Amino acid sequence: MANVRIIDVHQGVFEANDLVAAEVRAINKNNGTFMLNVMASPGSGKTTLLMATLKELIKINPEIKIGVMEADIDASVDAEKIATLGGNVRSIQVHTGGECAMDAQMALEAINEFDTKDLDLLILENVGNLVCPAETDTGADCKVVLLSVPEGDDKPLKYPLMFEVANIVLITKIDTMSFFNFDREAVVKNIRMRNPNASIIFLSAKTGEGMTEWTNYLVSKLITA
Amino acid sequence: MHELGVVFYVIKDVANVAVENKVSTVNSVTLEIGEVSGIVHDYLIDCWNWARKKEPCVENAELKIETIDAVTFCENCEKNYPTVAYGKICPHCGSDKTYLVTGNEFMIKEIAVPED
Ligand SMILES: Nc1nc2c(ncn2[C@@H]2O[C@H](COP(=O)(O)OP(=O)(O)O)[C@@H](O)[C@H]2O)c(=O)[nH]1
Ligand SMILES: [Mg+2]
Ligand SMILES: [Zn+2]
Repeated sequence: MANVRIIDVHQGVFEANDLVAAEVRAINKNNGTFMLNVMASPGSGKTTLLMATLKELIKINPEIKIGVMEADIDASVDAEKIATLGGNVRSIQVHTGGECAMDAQMALEAINEFDTKDLDLLILENVGNLVCPAETDTGADCKVVLLSVPEGDDKPLKYPLMFEVANIVLITKIDTMSFFNFDREAVVKNIRMRNPNASIIFLSAKTGEGMTEWTNYLVSKLITA
Repeated sequence: MHELGVVFYVIKDVANVAVENKVSTVNSVTLEIGEVSGIVHDYLIDCWNWARKKEPCVENAELKIETIDAVTFCENCEKNYPTVAYGKICPHCGSDKTYLVTGNEFMIKEIAVPED
């Protein structure tokens, strides 16, 4: 047999996850479902904001069908809370099996188990962590990053990737701004350094400030999904 | 579960590399696969052996797989540890502020072609 020659192919690198993410996107597109991936540190107010957002969306359109995938550690509590909203909101707990973030495979399995065909909006509350979820494409259409005021306005400098991948950054708990030395302009500047295009909305799920701007953003995305 | 899809992806990439290098046949393809990438090697090889018959340049190519160890980094004590043995919790300090450094890869490392 003739000798062989080796050709290095390292440039043809891809991650299997990207293929699965593409599949998730295709399924959602086909079903007319808009999928949000919500990422943040633990305690930044994801569940509280979700509850407030869902209430608002149901007020705007009582027929809206929403699914929530809970991957956060305190998921069982959160899934119960979300179930109290009733109506057309369903929730499912997803088990990341000790992984530090949801990946596309887990999202795909949840979508199949969940039967998301009729959903308008599918929300993934990702694992509370500002590192791993940023690296993993779940197949979501929009990545939302929460930064709560108590975490500080310099957080985008410490966790750059998370802010780089975000489509929208929500600054949460702004009702507490006067207690913390939180600089509105500084946080915008720090986010812009990493991501010139992300939308930025300041809000408080507690006082309702900024909630209309946020729900309008979502509704505009849902209309075009 | 996605092994067949992955195989088609690999074949397409390998076929492109073959064209770029002006070769019409490939002897073997070597993949580097992370330990926790979720790919089942045996299943991948079965899929390969079925799918390669559809693409003339890889029809006779053997699939070789090299595993990349999964390593997790702990933000708290700044040490690495093997992911498969310990999962998300750092064995050095007990922290769960950890993230995967390597182990999720899926790469085409190299292909072997006949010497001209
Ligand atoms: N002051 C204030 N506290 C909030 C707000 N949103 C959430 N919290 C509080 O922050 C804590 C963590 O909220 P939670 O929604 O469970 O965060 P998660 O871990 O990201 O899901 C709870 O004690 C909430 O009551 C807000 O807008 N303002
Ligand atoms: Mg929560
Ligand atoms: Zn540690």
